[in-house]
Amino acid sequence: MPEVTGNDPDDGVQIDLIGADRMSEMASMEKIRMILDGVRDGNIVILETGLSPDEESRLIEVTMTEISPDEFNGIEIETYPRSETADQSFLDRLMGKESTRKLTVIGPANQIETLHKDENLISALVSRK
Amino acid sequence: MGLFTDLKDSIARVTDKLFSAQEPKRIGIYGPPNAGKTTLANRIARDWTGDAVGPESHIPHETRRARRKENVEIERNGNTVSIDIVDTPGVTTKVDYEEFLDHDMEKEDAVRRSREATEGVAEAMHWLREDVEGVIYVLDSTTDPFTQVNTMLIGIIESQDLPVLILANKTDLEDSSVQRIRNAFPQHETIPLSALEGDNMDEVYDKIAEYFG
Repeated sequence: MPEVTGNDPDDGVQIDLIGADRMSEMASMEKIRMILDGVRDGNIVILETGLSPDEESRLIEVTMTEISPDEFNGIEIETYPRSETADQSFLDRLMGKESTRKLTVIGPANQIETLHKDENLISALVSRK
Repeated sequence: MGLFTDLKDSIARVTDKLFSAQEPKRIGIYGPPNAGKTTLANRIARDWTGDAVGPESHIPHETRRARRKENVEIERNGNTVSIDIVDTPGVTTKVDYEEFLDHDMEKEDAVRRSREATEGVAEAMHWLREDVEGVIYVLDSTTDPFTQVNTMLIGIIESQDLPVLILANKTDLEDSSVQRIRNAFPQHETIPLSALEGDNMDEVYDKIAEYFG
């Protein structure tokens, strides 16, 4: 996040909650860059409206290109396991309208561990570096 | 010269369109690492072409490049379905080279393997967005299917309207639970199999012909 500076991992874990309005103003690559910049700084990023399937695919791809031994192992990401696309009408899909209303939690792979996950509960353990 | 080239290009385009329907469909075999994707790809390739696709291993990320086996012709009920099998690296959101050290690997080899694995996952995602026309999604039926990678990948596949066949692999193992996979993805049909033992492959081939023929 550009306006937040001075995050010292010794002080604790920074959590950024990104609102739906802010996400809606951003292009796909801006969202991915914002997420990965935050996560690489050791922050937990929570998206009110999540990402579209195409953005999730690109997030995985860009994450892979940034993994570096002893520096960055990748991300842990959690959303509820419900398919939003299954609820869309044929017209919505034809028009490229993708439902993204899924709360999404993303963090550094070495700092966040999912303890339990089912259709309506995500329980995670967040640790300092 | 220009007019002749344009005319030739136009004819080539029309010819391509006319014959494209008969070309084999590219079917991507996707899933998390160690689900048995290469074992399945090899089983299908050996059954119908006599050749294997690639080496299998219990070490995660053995497949680090997408491998294609072209023109696999599957015969069902008097009809022949022609597909290209694309065996893809297991998809994940994280790769830690230290995990490979547990498999008696030197650090240098582990780092190289992890780097190749990340490139392979990125490649697999690119194939999924651009180059496959159907998906066989392979899951290890002894493990929990409620993972983020599975959720995301199924969502990505659905958003692209690709036909997807979910296979619950490793039914030969004691802890296998096909029902757990059916519960996780009730919107799709789940077919049980053991790619290693060749159990229930007849039904798998029936479904491949039905979904991708």
